[in-house]
Amino acid sequence: MKGMIGRKVGMTQVFDEQGNVVPVTVIEAGPCYVTQVRDAERDGYAAIQLGFEETKPQRVTKGQLGHLQKNNLPALRILREFRVRNGESDELAEGAEIKVDVFSEGDFVDVIGTSKGRGFAGTIKRHGFARGPKTHGQSDRMRSPGSIGMCAAPGRTLKGQRMSGRMGNDRVTVQNLKVVRIDPDKNLLAVRGSVPGARGGIVIIKSALKKS
Amino acid sequence: MNELLQAVQAPKAEHPQLAPGDTVKVHVRIVEGNRERVQIFQGVVIRLRKGGNNANFTVRRIASHGVGVERTFLLQSPRVEKIEITRSAKVRRAQLYYLRDRRGKAARLKERRRR
Repeated sequence: MKGMIGRKVGMTQVFDEQGNVVPVTVIEAGPCYVTQVRDAERDGYAAIQLGFEETKPQRVTKGQLGHLQKNNLPALRILREFRVRNGESDELAEGAEIKVDVFSEGDFVDVIGTSKGRGFAGTIKRHGFARGPKTHGQSDRMRSPGSIGMCAAPGRTLKGQRMSGRMGNDRVTVQNLKVVRIDPDKNLLAVRGSVPGARGGIVIIKSALKKS
Repeated sequence: MNELLQAVQAPKAEHPQLAPGDTVKVHVRIVEGNRERVQIFQGVVIRLRKGGNNANFTVRRIASHGVGVERTFLLQSPRVEKIEITRSAKVRRAQLYYLRDRRGKAARLKERRRR
């Protein structure tokens, strides 16, 4: 399992060898540092804790700062854990640096991000409901959800009925994105297709679960 | 545009500065099965769209039986091998869509000597 933390830069398009246009999302990934190695014996599960993005020491809580200074690491803004299989983390020492070149062009990755918040959204936007008729005497039913249930039997609205509500700002995973470009000097990673979240959002990149 | 985005894109191709009204020969790389060859598409540039890596231009040519054919190329595409400007014209607008409604003598453009 390879994993990194990054920041979404934005989307553009590039040409492949055949001259086809490929839509890509550029991610500024790493450099990440191994801040802690958790193992099954001591912690009950095996995982790697990675830190990303250097920041001023006063921006980090004293507890976190002490945790980082144990391995002589700078103040890091974001810490995330990556579950690994037992023994998989043996070659990674605490304090090690992970750069984009752990991935190579042609790899498949899963990208996790926080989707853009849409606020309180209606059923058309949130669940893809159809809208009501515009004419034939309809005055206030254009985007209304319609019926939400039956009559006296069951006499209630069933649980799980899709209605309007808060939409977006959720953790979203996109699977099997192909790595199109890598720039180890600038810590850039370009994956084919889109990635959840706004520009500047934090994303987690993992090697694809279903392709390895 | 964001410089980090540009870092991912391939370096800019070297093409002459195009202008609307130019008559150009576009050398296009065409893949047929496993063979590759270069085809020339000659016509008038009727539109230029800027946008860095995504810049494109449209060339209009009159094919046989007076049928107009327009092709849009991505300026930075590796499929566009070479662009030759054979003639430049004096035009007063950026998009020469009016050429679509004209045929024969009416669709001529006044030549402009370049530099």
